[in-house]
Amino acid sequence: MSEKILEIENLTVSFDGFKAINNLNFSMNAGELRVVIGPNGAGKTTFMDVITGKTKPTTGQVTFKGKNLRPYAEHQIARMGIGRKFQTPRVYQKLTPRENLELSCAASKNVFASLLGRPAAGERRTIAGLLETIGLVPKADILAELLSHGEKQRLEIGMLVAQSPDLLLVDEPVAGLTDEETENVGSLLLALAESHSIMVIEHDMEFVRQIARKVTVLHQGTVLCEGTMDEIQNDPKVIEVYLGTEETEHVE
Amino acid sequence: MTAVETKSQIQPDLTPRKRKSLLPEIITVAALALVFIFLAPALLNLMGQGSRVNQLGRFLALAIAALGIDLIWGYTGMLSLGHGIFFALGGYALAMHLQLQLPAGQIPDFFNLYGVTELPLFWQPFYSLPFTVAAIFIIPTVVAAILGYLVFRNRIRGVYFSILTQAALIVFFNFFNGQQKLINGTNGLKTDTAQFFGALVSDPRNQTVFFVLSVVFLALGYAFCRWLTSGRLGRLLVAIRDDEPRVRFSGYDPTWYKVFVFAVSAGLAGIAGALYTVQSGIITPKAMDIAFSIEMVIWVAVGGRATLVGAALGALIVNFAKTLLSEQYPEFWLFFQGALFLLVVTVLPSGFLGLLSAENVLWLRSRLGLPPKLSTYPSLEEDLEVQHERKNPRN
Repeated sequence: MSEKILEIENLTVSFDGFKAINNLNFSMNAGELRVVIGPNGAGKTTFMDVITGKTKPTTGQVTFKGKNLRPYAEHQIARMGIGRKFQTPRVYQKLTPRENLELSCAASKNVFASLLGRPAAGERRTIAGLLETIGLVPKADILAELLSHGEKQRLEIGMLVAQSPDLLLVDEPVAGLTDEETENVGSLLLALAESHSIMVIEHDMEFVRQIARKVTVLHQGTVLCEGTMDEIQNDPKVIEVYLGTEETEHVE
Repeated sequence: MTAVETKSQIQPDLTPRKRKSLLPEIITVAALALVFIFLAPALLNLMGQGSRVNQLGRFLALAIAALGIDLIWGYTGMLSLGHGIFFALGGYALAMHLQLQLPAGQIPDFFNLYGVTELPLFWQPFYSLPFTVAAIFIIPTVVAAILGYLVFRNRIRGVYFSILTQAALIVFFNFFNGQQKLINGTNGLKTDTAQFFGALVSDPRNQTVFFVLSVVFLALGYAFCRWLTSGRLGRLLVAIRDDEPRVRFSGYDPTWYKVFVFAVSAGLAGIAGALYTVQSGIITPKAMDIAFSIEMVIWVAVGGRATLVGAALGALIVNFAKTLLSEQYPEFWLFFQGALFLLVVTVLPSGFLGLLSAENVLWLRSRLGLPPKLSTYPSLEEDLEVQHERKNPRN
């Protein structure tokens, strides 16, 4: 039995009385690839905000590798080994892909190390390898703002990996990608899953089917159910709140 | 295929981003500095424009402050409207030392006006020249670091930061303006009648020294800023400017980076203030005028943000324009300054240096009848895959 990398107990987050997350319990094993789905407003992004320290829980706690995350700021949580990819790709536009990766990869992230340190040979090798993996070698030295949407998505996943986190939080990685790009990102994530724990938030059911082993359904800030893709699809509660509405739309 | 396998299968391109040789730049800066030191004053004197030498020296001092503004605004995206504080702190530090160049037992004249007979305690250390020299940049740096830490720790950004710096400026202005008994209030401290190394500060020999020092510190300040911005720290500053929350999720704490760069820029402003003061002969609380701090920002905007050269150039251009225009048409300058700012914002968003962009160079070449720098048809030339293959023929 593998140990839990992430455990969330009785988590509630309320914004002015509105409960974006309501008494949520969740846990993930080390090395797991988990997909979280849920209709709009189910609290998926807030869920990630809480784990990464952007939002503090109103009650309840988040434990990562046995440590309560409440007292830590975002950058400390990132250094502890949680990496996050945003819904719309957020890369540093005025830097090149290589520089983007360098910033994420740097071993020491305080002011004086940044000022005086030079990237080590190992770091440079990692970055060169990553550029190859995400297919951006020819564009490694142009500004990231000139990249296409799909390339930015891949670059951001690369930045995430460069941070060498234990847990990757990936928010809608295939939004706005073509079918081919979607499949590439899918296999990239599956490859990463061999050495990392990954949580993916996604809407694209086709994509979820490609990568999912275990799926968690969020609804109104709480876990509706959990299971394999088949179990989820046949769960009457899920059909009612989420998949059902989509199917009726297709019929019409 | 796992990520690990992929990494081992490929032959990664290990060459880091081509580091441009710094030598040509160092030579250019050194040559420019020598021209300013040896040729410019002689030339101006020859043209019968001797008084311009002093102006040039003062504006070179202002250019040092512009470098600092460029660091925090151009690179890091923090628009400070309160750099007059640090400029004045540097100026006052040196002016206090010069005021104390008196026979033993005497205190500066102005104290008598207010019935003060004993030198205030905080004046004492300024008897020492080494202390003063250090204070010129350390006091502004420390003040900025404290102010910056309080502001940045609370994640105050953007326009709120600008308003806060302006509010701080008003506080400092009112303090210096109101304290006659401590620092002569609104009258400021005169430096031109003080003694410095056996001669008046306004003596041509001393003025030449200050002129040379302005050039040297501008060159050193430029080199220092280039060094700061060329490495990983510089890239992080740009990253903070463009997406600060994202930087946190990459594991960096932007607070310390912002405190650091804000403090450095304050130190530069302090040096600028001291050199400006001795060349203009007086420092008054007017250095903490709201308008003056905004002017500093205008210099950088006119020259071109995040270029450093542009900041220094902008300070010289705007200030000489100001002097020449106010001589010809007094009262006209403010209209011109407003028009200049509007022009830059609307037509030249990247300042005068923005005129040198790649497209404009291409346009100029075509106007001059020179062929564009393309050897085959454009779509091939612009294709990065093709360029990459050309550079790495064996791949």
